[in-house]
Amino acid sequence: MDTNGRVGAVDPFIELDGVEKVFEVRRKTGFMRRERHRVRAVDSISFAVARGEMVGYIGPNGAGKSTTIKMLTGILTPSAGRLRVAGIEPSRERTRLAHRIGVVFGQRTTLWWDLPLIDSYRLMHRMYRIPDARYRENLDRLVELLELGSLLDVPVRQLSLGQRMRGDIVAALLHDPEVLYLDEPTIGLDVVSKAKVREFLRQLNAERATTVLLTTHDLQDIEQLCSRVMVIDHGRLVYDGALAGLHESGESERTLVVDLARELPPIDAPPPARVVRVEGPRQWLAFPASESAAGLVARIAAEYPLVDLSVREPDIEAVIAKMLHGDSHGKEVGRPVP
Amino acid sequence: MLVEGVRAYGLIAGMWLRAGMTYRASFAATLVGNLVMTGLDFVAILLMFSQVDSLGGWSLPEVALLYGLSVTSFGIADLVLGSMDVLGARMRDGSFDTLLVRPAPVLAQVGADRFAPRRLGRIVQGAVVLGWALVSVDVDWSVPKVLLVPVMVVSGAAIFSAVFVAGAAFQIFAQDAAEVQNAFTYGGTTLLQYPPSVFGKDLVRGATFLVPLAFVNWVPVCHLLGRPYPVGLPPWVSFASPLVAVACCVPAGLAWRAALRAYRSTGS
Repeated sequence: MDTNGRVGAVDPFIELDGVEKVFEVRRKTGFMRRERHRVRAVDSISFAVARGEMVGYIGPNGAGKSTTIKMLTGILTPSAGRLRVAGIEPSRERTRLAHRIGVVFGQRTTLWWDLPLIDSYRLMHRMYRIPDARYRENLDRLVELLELGSLLDVPVRQLSLGQRMRGDIVAALLHDPEVLYLDEPTIGLDVVSKAKVREFLRQLNAERATTVLLTTHDLQDIEQLCSRVMVIDHGRLVYDGALAGLHESGESERTLVVDLARELPPIDAPPPARVVRVEGPRQWLAFPASESAAGLVARIAAEYPLVDLSVREPDIEAVIAKMLHGDSHGKEVGRPVP
Repeated sequence: MLVEGVRAYGLIAGMWLRAGMTYRASFAATLVGNLVMTGLDFVAILLMFSQVDSLGGWSLPEVALLYGLSVTSFGIADLVLGSMDVLGARMRDGSFDTLLVRPAPVLAQVGADRFAPRRLGRIVQGAVVLGWALVSVDVDWSVPKVLLVPVMVVSGAAIFSAVFVAGAAFQIFAQDAAEVQNAFTYGGTTLLQYPPSVFGKDLVRGATFLVPLAFVNWVPVCHLLGRPYPVGLPPWVSFASPLVAVACCVPAGLAWRAALRAYRSTGS
């Protein structure tokens, strides 16, 4: 099927070479006066994703993540560069590409608000011309995996955010796409829903070898799902590699929050762990994200009257900010929310 | 491509119909409301004729003929593509993006968006007036003249459709300008409900040569009634409406394709 996309052993299912997207922005500068200037949302990005890879695509707001995804799906036409998905140029052959990709926009549903969930799936069945047997099989499997069986006859407007997200994921996968794009798939979901979505994506990738590209603000999404991370900032690809490497280059830290039985002076922690904040009996300790918390916890538990504890992951912005600016003290990492 | 478009249109329109049926009372009320609202335009014309015997030299059945043709043609175009005005809202909230990742022509998806049978109200009302006008008007009917009637309705619908599509393309370029489009579509159909002789020469010229709405009814109806057209035109143009329709649809289609390539989406 896809012979021209194959190069040697690797199969660059998604290929970008020097891709740019320039927007012309007109800004009002006075009465009837407008100033035009060009904004380079994506600036000469090149990467390749092999079939079956699961890649996290992260970066601060406005970095160009969504713009890249929109070019990959054919929504936007690149201003320059070469872009291929499954050997297809997305913006030129959007309809042909649509049969081979699945897209989930975390913040906008493609389901029919006033109709039962199953009706949206029936539309996909016919619009994508999915063979009946395959449709039945896929629907049964997806509905079971995402635990939507009892909700198929419920109008979409009555579903919770988490249920709707799972419903959207099913809709995006009924036609067996080879690649799934997820734009903030866990945004606004509760812990249980997040876990369900992640577990499902892991299975999908393992069993069906579906290529997955996801953008997220949640570092745990990346940690639990992606072997590879790409970081984009100001339209440029600034990191492409394993998540561990990102932590290293960002020297990111996790935070251990401990509640002691009473107010005590700062805990004498073994370096590089250190106390960064004390508030009554509660103390915050920062330690490298690459190290296990177990040793530190054991030591504190042995020497201090420990009542409760929690570990906070560094947030993605902080990790990226550190990596970009080499600024390890500018922003408090994993700042706990009171 | 065309078959795909019609098929996708049917699928999506069907979904909207079903969604609309979940609010039955509202469904019925809007259907009746639409029939009454669009009918008020003709009531306005009737009121005028209660005071005068002719409008710009045209009798009531003659004006009714213009009205019936304009409203029926426009009604068909509005039924098929009238959702173009929600395009702006779709672009603002970013949901237009979701249409672009489907394996169906975007124009069909946009046309079928918010499909509502209440738009049938306009066609029904226009057809009733047209029917009355055809039997009341004083025309020396011949075979070509009889054939000209359905040709006018279909060509007129195509010309209005082209205006809808061109307007939609403009909305994408201009990032929402539904009002500009409405000026040409809803404004156009209102214009055509009155004889060309009541308008200034420049307006008639604009509606003939610039946005050739005159070919929906003015030009062919002048031929039917044996009236001179206010702007000098060769006689054969009385039958040129289908050609004009094609000449409108082609550039409108090209503009739509260009607009999709230039689409900028929202920030997120």
